[in-house]
Amino acid sequence: MPGAEIYGDSMPNAVSARSLKKIFGQGEDAVRALDDIDVDIRENEFFTLLGPSGCGKTTLLRIIAGFELPTSGMVLLGREDITELPPHKRPVNTVFQNYALFPHMTVAENIGFGLKMLGRDGGDIDRRVGEMLELVQMDALANRQTDQLSGGQQQRVALARALAPAPKVLLLDEPLAALDLKLRKSMQIELKSLQAETGITFIFVTHDQEEALTMSDRIAVMRAGKILQIGAPKDIYERPSHRFVADFIGDINILEGADVSLEGGRRIVVLKDGTRLEASAPDDWNSDGGISVAIRPEAATLVQDRETATLTGTVENVVYFGAASNVHVRLSSGDAFVVRHTGNHDIASLSPGDQVGAVIAPDQARLLQ
Amino acid sequence: MTNKSRSQEARVASTRGLLLAPALLTILVVSILPLGLTVIYSFLTPGTYGGVTWDFSTSAYTQFLFEEDIFDGTMAFNGAYLSIFLRSIGLALGATVGALLIGFPTAYFIATKPREQRNFWLFLITLPFWTNILIRTFAMLLIIRDEGLVNLSLMWVGIIDRPLSILYTDTAVFIGLIYTYLPFMVLPLYASLEKLDFRLVEAAYDLYATRFRVLRHVIVPLAKPGIVAGCALVFIPGLGAYITPELLGGGKKLMIGNMIAIQFGSSRNWPFGSAAALILMALVIIVLLVYARTAGRQGRTHG
Repeated sequence: MPGAEIYGDSMPNAVSARSLKKIFGQGEDAVRALDDIDVDIRENEFFTLLGPSGCGKTTLLRIIAGFELPTSGMVLLGREDITELPPHKRPVNTVFQNYALFPHMTVAENIGFGLKMLGRDGGDIDRRVGEMLELVQMDALANRQTDQLSGGQQQRVALARALAPAPKVLLLDEPLAALDLKLRKSMQIELKSLQAETGITFIFVTHDQEEALTMSDRIAVMRAGKILQIGAPKDIYERPSHRFVADFIGDINILEGADVSLEGGRRIVVLKDGTRLEASAPDDWNSDGGISVAIRPEAATLVQDRETATLTGTVENVVYFGAASNVHVRLSSGDAFVVRHTGNHDIASLSPGDQVGAVIAPDQARLLQ
Repeated sequence: MTNKSRSQEARVASTRGLLLAPALLTILVVSILPLGLTVIYSFLTPGTYGGVTWDFSTSAYTQFLFEEDIFDGTMAFNGAYLSIFLRSIGLALGATVGALLIGFPTAYFIATKPREQRNFWLFLITLPFWTNILIRTFAMLLIIRDEGLVNLSLMWVGIIDRPLSILYTDTAVFIGLIYTYLPFMVLPLYASLEKLDFRLVEAAYDLYATRFRVLRHVIVPLAKPGIVAGCALVFIPGLGAYITPELLGGGKKLMIGNMIAIQFGSSRNWPFGSAAALILMALVIIVLLVYARTAGRQGRTHG
């Protein structure tokens, strides 16, 4: 049955973590860098670990690379337990944050280093290094010293060096952080196509939510050593399960609700001033943690007619930033609310103090834990 | 306008000359003058009771390799002094290698300690400098003599039943040289290793290099400036060592330093002593040139 193994559990994951814990320090100073992490990263996937600094994403990456031993738990590569295997015995390579290129070697020697250590013969190494140089478009600079390269070029060499031994998994530790914005944008697209071209599983660590959304097949959002949500970029953005996730990824308005009722299968949230709006919720949602409704600024549209509007309020400020404007509104409930306005025809007439209404697109208000 | 600026320039130039004068004078008095005297003395004839008589002669240099037959005046090859030089070079080289083998792990150990602990370890390394080299060498003598710490503990453990006679041998001089000059090896090595980016070690380890290969292909090449500097700092003073071979070699096993001292003392042959000192200096300059060339190449490729 062709294609049958794509479904079901028969296909092993590229990397799996099983109840992974990492505690740094002891006693009162102990820090739980990883707190019971379970995650399955699929073959040929661009998987991103996203979170603020100190959330444990780099620790998880370093455990997969073999630089750190977990306090407890297990790391699987395919079906093999690699928890205690040293880095040089794992078919996993890393692109380091500051590239860590060997300064005493040329570009070609850097790229060939892994193959040389694996004991490949010279002809093989030369051929593979040539392929890699071509892949990252660095052919012309093969014999340069690494300190004569620009940041973007060093980035390419670091990528080629890590890809040359054809690892099963490539780990990338915030590799774009040091590049300027334009270069970062183009490298994002390049990395994504490189991953598709090589068919290698990429595990990418970043604190940049936009970067994560642009490149990933799936994203794991982390905070304080835990994974809060795993999903495709669209899921994470449109259906965040957690207030932190909603807040961390993109801009969002959070409104405090007073009550939630089910009316004909629809969840209706009543705000403090009696305003009613329909909202979706994660499957396991309950009101124990309070009632918060999240609405993306672009999910709301300003309208003149305040009778049909979901929310009403007063304009406080209009911030113009090129492609769009943010209209800051003080709602009648007293909450602050931002509407992203992409058309500019009627914005010119808006000024602080104007009374406006906002319509929320269906299914765009979401209850959060 | 032009006159004014010219007089200003002249004033600046004369001030500059005046400010440089102390430095130039110091260089003249402490470096060029004694060296010049040594060169002149090496071409004179020895005086009967020490000192020199002012007759030009190159015999101090020929004496280094040849011996004049006292009966017929013919010159015959004499390797005695040459062998002292070669022995000195051998001992200094051996001490350099020994200091490197001990110093490298030591420096690596300190460089990988947390930053706030490193100063303590460096303090321990420099501690011997607080006492006189003579006293330190005597201490070493007490440790390695027949009834010394080393022999007594080895006999107590039962590895040997008779004391090893280390004192007054080449081995004693070798041990003494390593002990005396080890800090000069550790400090430049530490300076190099401290700057080493340990993420490079991780990168190599990640790229399938075993621990030994990480050392060989990444750490040693990057620490090379420190290795070269440390070796030069041990080899050069080791070559001219005087106190160590005098005390631990018992004055029987001569090194260049002792030989030169004898020429100015009991042998009363100042010109030969001067010539030997200049030959030693030539050797040191050759080592320094090799060092400068290696360092220069390093600078170019890493520029």
